[in-house]
Amino acid sequence: MATSPKLDSKIPEGVLEQKWTKYRSTMPLINPANKRNLEVIVVGSGLAGASAAATLAELGYSVKVFCFQDSPRRAHSIAAQGGINASKNYQNDGDSIYRLFYETVKGGDYRAREANVHRLSEVSGNIIDQCVAQGVPFAREYGGLLSNRSFGGTQVQRTFYAAGQTGQQLLLGAYSALQRQVGMGKVSLYTRHEMLDIVNIEGKCRGIIARNLISGKLERYFGHAVLLCTGGYGNVFFLSTNAMGSNVTAAWKAHKRGAFFGNPCYTQIHPTCIPVSGEHQSKLTLMSESLRNDGRIWVPKRKEDAEAIRAGKLSPNSLKEDDRDYYLERRYPAFGNLVPRDVASRAAKERCDAGFGVNKTGQAVYLDFSYNMKFKYGKVEATIQGIENPSEKQLEDLGRAVIKEKYGNLFDMYEQITGVNPYQNPMQIYPAVHYTMGGLWVDYNLMTTVPGLYALGEANFSDHGANRLGASALMQGLADGYFVIPYTVGVYLSGEIRTKPIPTTHEAFEKAEQEVKARIEKLFAVNGTKPVDYFHRHLGKVMWEKCGMARNAADLKSAITDIQKIREEFWKDVRVTGKADEFNPELEKAGRVADFLELGELMCIDALHRNESCGGHFREEFQTEEGEAKRDDDNFTYVAAWEMKDVSNWELHKEELKYENIKIAQRSYK
Amino acid sequence: MGGNSEKTINVTLKVWRQRNANEKGKFENYEMKGVSTDMSFLEMFDVLNDRLITEGKDPIAFDHDCREGICGMCSMYINGQPHGPKQGVTTCQLHMRSFSDGDSIIVEPWRSAAFPVIKDLAVNRSAFDRIISAGGFISVNTGNAKDANNILIPKDAADKAFEAAACIGCGACVAACKNGSAMLFVSAKVSQLALLPQGQVEKQDRVLNMVKHMDEEGFGNCTNTGACEAECPKGISLENIARMNREYLGASFTQNK
Ligand SMILES: Cc1cc2nc3c(=O)[nH]c(=O)nc-3n(C[C@H](O)[C@H](O)[C@H](O)COP(=O)(O)OP(=O)(O)OC[C@H]3O[C@@H](n4cnc5c(N)ncnc54)[C@H](O)[C@@H]3O)c2cc1C
Ligand code: SF4
Ligand code: FES
Repeated sequence: MATSPKLDSKIPEGVLEQKWTKYRSTMPLINPANKRNLEVIVVGSGLAGASAAATLAELGYSVKVFCFQDSPRRAHSIAAQGGINASKNYQNDGDSIYRLFYETVKGGDYRAREANVHRLSEVSGNIIDQCVAQGVPFAREYGGLLSNRSFGGTQVQRTFYAAGQTGQQLLLGAYSALQRQVGMGKVSLYTRHEMLDIVNIEGKCRGIIARNLISGKLERYFGHAVLLCTGGYGNVFFLSTNAMGSNVTAAWKAHKRGAFFGNPCYTQIHPTCIPVSGEHQSKLTLMSESLRNDGRIWVPKRKEDAEAIRAGKLSPNSLKEDDRDYYLERRYPAFGNLVPRDVASRAAKERCDAGFGVNKTGQAVYLDFSYNMKFKYGKVEATIQGIENPSEKQLEDLGRAVIKEKYGNLFDMYEQITGVNPYQNPMQIYPAVHYTMGGLWVDYNLMTTVPGLYALGEANFSDHGANRLGASALMQGLADGYFVIPYTVGVYLSGEIRTKPIPTTHEAFEKAEQEVKARIEKLFAVNGTKPVDYFHRHLGKVMWEKCGMARNAADLKSAITDIQKIREEFWKDVRVTGKADEFNPELEKAGRVADFLELGELMCIDALHRNESCGGHFREEFQTEEGEAKRDDDNFTYVAAWEMKDVSNWELHKEELKYENIKIAQRSYK
Repeated sequence: MGGNSEKTINVTLKVWRQRNANEKGKFENYEMKGVSTDMSFLEMFDVLNDRLITEGKDPIAFDHDCREGICGMCSMYINGQPHGPKQGVTTCQLHMRSFSDGDSIIVEPWRSAAFPVIKDLAVNRSAFDRIISAGGFISVNTGNAKDANNILIPKDAADKAFEAAACIGCGACVAACKNGSAMLFVSAKVSQLALLPQGQVEKQDRVLNMVKHMDEEGFGNCTNTGACEAECPKGISLENIARMNREYLGASFTQNK
């Protein structure tokens, strides 16, 4: 297989360990006076956007930042719970840049670029240094040093965290750096603004069209370069752990103007979320992965018991040990409950599909702390407190206190949402859409196939291959923003110092604005009978059932027709209330769902073409006898980058992935 | 047992409707029948909005995003309390099981001079961002940092700083205060950074600039009623205000000399 001539990954020559350092020190530099005249547009204020904007402003560029929330601090990164990885090896347990690199490539099922992942691992330590200097209050040990935990099945402790609010604290750090630059006049901030198109002039991206969400006015902005840091597209499934506003619009508009979309079908389904409770459900809530360190996952061994539980006739607490199937421990003795996310999610689906699920819907499994409460923590506490021959009740009480200290906020959240006390009953969990590994295709510089247009953070097709490890998205977002783009954008901008700002009266701006306006008018003109959510739910259901945890060719083909039909119906029967020139959340939603209705189709096309199972992409036709994912390295060791030609018409370009440092192997967690 | 406890109730909503910042608003009544108690408060608004749209009426504008109590975007004043009757949760985390059949529920936007209404229940809180720009940071450019473990921070100080940093910037403290004071919000940031060794160098300028800016934005004075602490969904404590007052006095004293 050869890489398409349209995809130049620009990976520097040389040995892996030196690629980034060498490249960085031989890049062209831009003198400070020229930097001031170079304008950079950053769309998005999450970890990727805020860190990029602050750093570029510090370097002297003129920066404009856009976000659709009312404050940059509310970007969806704020919701990340568990932690951020870094190969500091503070715990002296054998971690290293190489190990983090290796585990990321392996965890991604050998579908990521070696050079990118190595760079990520190299800069991971600097991220922690930077965050601590900003005052991010990470968890600490009594000696005053930083604390680490192991996360998402890693065997080293490399995850830094701030209770269950790591994303919040990291984002507030980046946000404060950003606001500092705003205060100094180096960043102009446009909150409650939604980017609705990019503007290309003579083959280069030169700006954006944004809608002021308060006044409804369309506005034009010029930039020598445009950075899309607009997050992931998990909400194409309607129900996901993403925030309600998370969307694909920015990336999709760029895609329609020439940016290729990489691996759209790679979706991460997180195994531990609170199950759906009813028709009214608007989103799903993640229960941090850290719970799998102490919770054991099970379903009843006998179908009758599962049925009785579903009917409310049997309590899980009364089911004897022997009658429980700890299926992860059974199938994967080496990793047990800590297998990677994709493996754990599929195993839960397998049990529920086979009729062993609990909850009234049958779509849930238990995450049970009682064993570790008593026998892991209770025993230790009893020993510490010198209690001889403690009763089971005593052990439980002692252990409960420890569990409360470790996970109290998560247990409270669970009770708040479900109304069930998780100290007394096992939690119920089910997998939910959580993260998208796919995104805009970018080269080593993070530039898309449109010159001058970049994608950072979850918005790019990223360093995670076909599956992302826990605590690595925060790392990647901040690596891109703090330590990669500030260098790589210079490679392009050094060639732009003679480009004078293009007035936004230029015909390309005029034309783009007219097109955006026409689309908004078209949405109102439908004047049908059904609210936007109706179509979004419908799309989500098709995606979840046919392009979710397990996929097959027949389902994917029918999903493509289903989606085309929903899209047609949307444009015939959607009702968008209100007006264009006012604050109008329904209009915002309508535009986003219209884009999801196109993206969904491409995701299915991508999933259909990839005749193998890898990471989060599981094709039922391609599995081992034991039901594990089966890759096809000979035919599919490539990034699928899709170029949009027309409605429902894409051309596939392949970027071959070369493994020069890591030996490809079958991923096994047995 | 888990999720099987579903009941339905009927409630009457009285919701503040206001087209934009310039027009006058008024309350509208909405009857909600068969509301599942497993629903969140905002999911009930989703249902209502879908109904309004189908009837060809204008849906109610309200702010929300994460729906898990962390982004600080949701901001409803429910039965006279910011974020509603339940302690320690945001509007998006409030579930209908906190209400009873037949309840009348009054829903208003945050009310404060510094938070003008945009539409219905959505208000403009950008004054908070500007206060942070005035000093809510540590001046450290990317790349300047030394190894993270070179800074030792006693666990106790780190934990306290974390508690202060848990503020989600929702503005409930301002909405709860009869004076519309932003002291709890500002003091949380001042405290977080004052408690950490990294924050020492700029601590005097920080508190002076942030307080000055807070006053300029039109927030009211603090008269120690404690309403803010009682309504804060993140348990930000009044101790932070006391700490900020000390920092402020200390800084004014030194800088006046
Ligand atoms: C519940 C949850 C928990 C998680 N926990 C972890 C964890 O513990 N560890 C980990 O590593 N990862 C975690 N993740 C993943 C991680 O949080 C995200 O991948 C990451 O934060 C994405 O950051 P980002 O900067 O790319 O985008 P986001 O934070 O999503 O920011 C997107 C930004 O783009 C703006 N935007 C989008 N579209 C437009 C537009 N059209 N116009 C203008 N602005 C726009 C938004 O306003 C926002 O500012 C978690 C994710 C979820 C959902
Ligand atoms: S102090 Fe509490 S109430 Fe005030 S903004 Fe912060 S979290 Fe909200
Ligand atoms: S919607 Fe984010 S805190 Fe309520």
